[in-house]
Amino acid sequence: MRTLPLLSGLAAALLVVSAAGLAIGYAPLPLTGVIAGVFGNGDPLTVAVVREIRLPRLLLGIEVGAALGIAGAALQGLLRNPLAEPGLIGVSASAGLGAVIAFYFGFAALSPYALPAMAMAGALVATGIVLAVAARDGHGNGGSLTLILAGIALSSLAIALTSLAMNLAPNPYAVTEMLLWLMGSLKDRTPADALTAFPFILAGGGLLLATGRGLDALALGEDAARSLGIDLARLRLAVVGGSAAAVGASVAVSGSISFVGLVVPHLLRPLVGHEPGRLLLPSALGGAVLVTLADLASRLIPTAQEVMLGVLTALVGAPFFLVLILRVRREAW
Amino acid sequence: MLSAAAITLHLGGRAILDGAGFTARRGAVTGLIGPNGVGKSTLLRAVAGLLPHGGDVRFEGQPLPADSRARARLLGYLPQGHRVHWPLSVRRTVALGRLPHLGPLGRPGRTDEDAVERVMAATGIAGLAARTVPTLSGGERARVMLARVLATDTPVLLADEPTAALDPGHQLRIMLLLRAEAAERHRAVVVVLHDLSLAARCCDDLVLLMPDRRVIAGDVATVLTSSLLREAYGATFAVTQAAGIPVVLPQCPPPVPTMIQSGDRQP
Repeated sequence: MRTLPLLSGLAAALLVVSAAGLAIGYAPLPLTGVIAGVFGNGDPLTVAVVREIRLPRLLLGIEVGAALGIAGAALQGLLRNPLAEPGLIGVSASAGLGAVIAFYFGFAALSPYALPAMAMAGALVATGIVLAVAARDGHGNGGSLTLILAGIALSSLAIALTSLAMNLAPNPYAVTEMLLWLMGSLKDRTPADALTAFPFILAGGGLLLATGRGLDALALGEDAARSLGIDLARLRLAVVGGSAAAVGASVAVSGSISFVGLVVPHLLRPLVGHEPGRLLLPSALGGAVLVTLADLASRLIPTAQEVMLGVLTALVGAPFFLVLILRVRREAW
Repeated sequence: MLSAAAITLHLGGRAILDGAGFTARRGAVTGLIGPNGVGKSTLLRAVAGLLPHGGDVRFEGQPLPADSRARARLLGYLPQGHRVHWPLSVRRTVALGRLPHLGPLGRPGRTDEDAVERVMAATGIAGLAARTVPTLSGGERARVMLARVLATDTPVLLADEPTAALDPGHQLRIMLLLRAEAAERHRAVVVVLHDLSLAARCCDDLVLLMPDRRVIAGDVATVLTSSLLREAYGATFAVTQAAGIPVVLPQCPPPVPTMIQSGDRQP
């Protein structure tokens, strides 16, 4: 499939799910009112609901989904392994730990950027560790087993430390707040959250988009890629830095939403001829579609309390992951 | 002409190469031969700029450029194993060879398309263009990877065991393709080989790396003598001719190889 029709299709899908995301919510609002409300016209209550609640939530979902999708695609390209995913290799959990530390020690109160900064630092450390461990693998291509084991270790540690913080937290309010970073949700976010994360996700995404050529060359292995003029150290730095910025900023505002970076690139890969470079932009769009859709589902599922988005993606994503492990083992590319 | 002189390389505190070197003429195929573990692949990777090393590598008398992209337009390198990590199409895999020539936007131009078409035709894989690499046979895959490195259009080609794990027909086909590429496009081709008869038949010059770090270079008749081969491989060889083609046969039983370290070293 050519890239342009694919991108147009994904953009159209994003438009449709975005419209649905704005139109469907807990307050039954007429569609015309919602449309007018987006532009600040009509009934002030409708305007408030649309502009203060639904629009930020939608924009945040698009940002976070795009960040997770492109980071997943880039990490998979770099490690040459379709199982690499920010959530699975412990990057999201470490970002969540960073956020919890910022929150627990009160840095978060000092500056609105302290929380995303700490989350990104957590993501950076985790990505660096995973990459170092994967590079030490005999084949140098991030053997699946090494990658997943390192990810489990890292995730467990980050989650344990996050739980410890909750364990020791002085008040129940703080615990509820910290729980968000473990489960992931777009509920009750403010327009400020969407704005805070945006520049980091944009910068991270831009950095990742520029790695396409290097990721393509890596399909031939590290030696061949270097012989084709690819600076591997710079490529690794760009992927690690870019995904840390994008995923860290996402986790800071929405918590850990796993499996998006796994499912989306996997579904889109055959449509771009399995080329890692061409997969990046479609994965960003696809991630945005998927998270918006999942968030919509979390609102539509009739439960007493809203299903947490991260729980929903994990419920769908984990079985998918199991199937993927079996397939990767069989095909062994 | 490509010249590598006094190449030294340490890995894990051990000298893998100590003063090795060779020259490779343009328009000719230079075979790099020697027993397992003597450092053929390592020497090739050092010359390709993939391993930090001491010594001097020059092309046409000039030191190689420090910039990795400029170097990539000068030296093409084909690693062992012919592995592709994603199920890419054959055409796309071959086109990766054009990466050093693409502009900042990465869009292939007319020259790039033409180069890809030319090497696919030359290697006889034009009919496979739309297939994905994992669906190919070993021989087809070897030709695809050869086409990939030919597509770089570099004046120097370094190929590490391009004929490994291929049947004799495919081995010969790959070597003849390399010969044609050297002659017709005036490239300096350096090939690591284990099959001495194939080396004798298809290489213009040979470089024999000895276990005691001596390097014997020259034409086929100079290098492939039974005394030198005995020293190098710790086995006796019959060097003969069949239908005008040189043949190198190891004799049975070979004496226990005392000079050879065990295992094929893959740094």
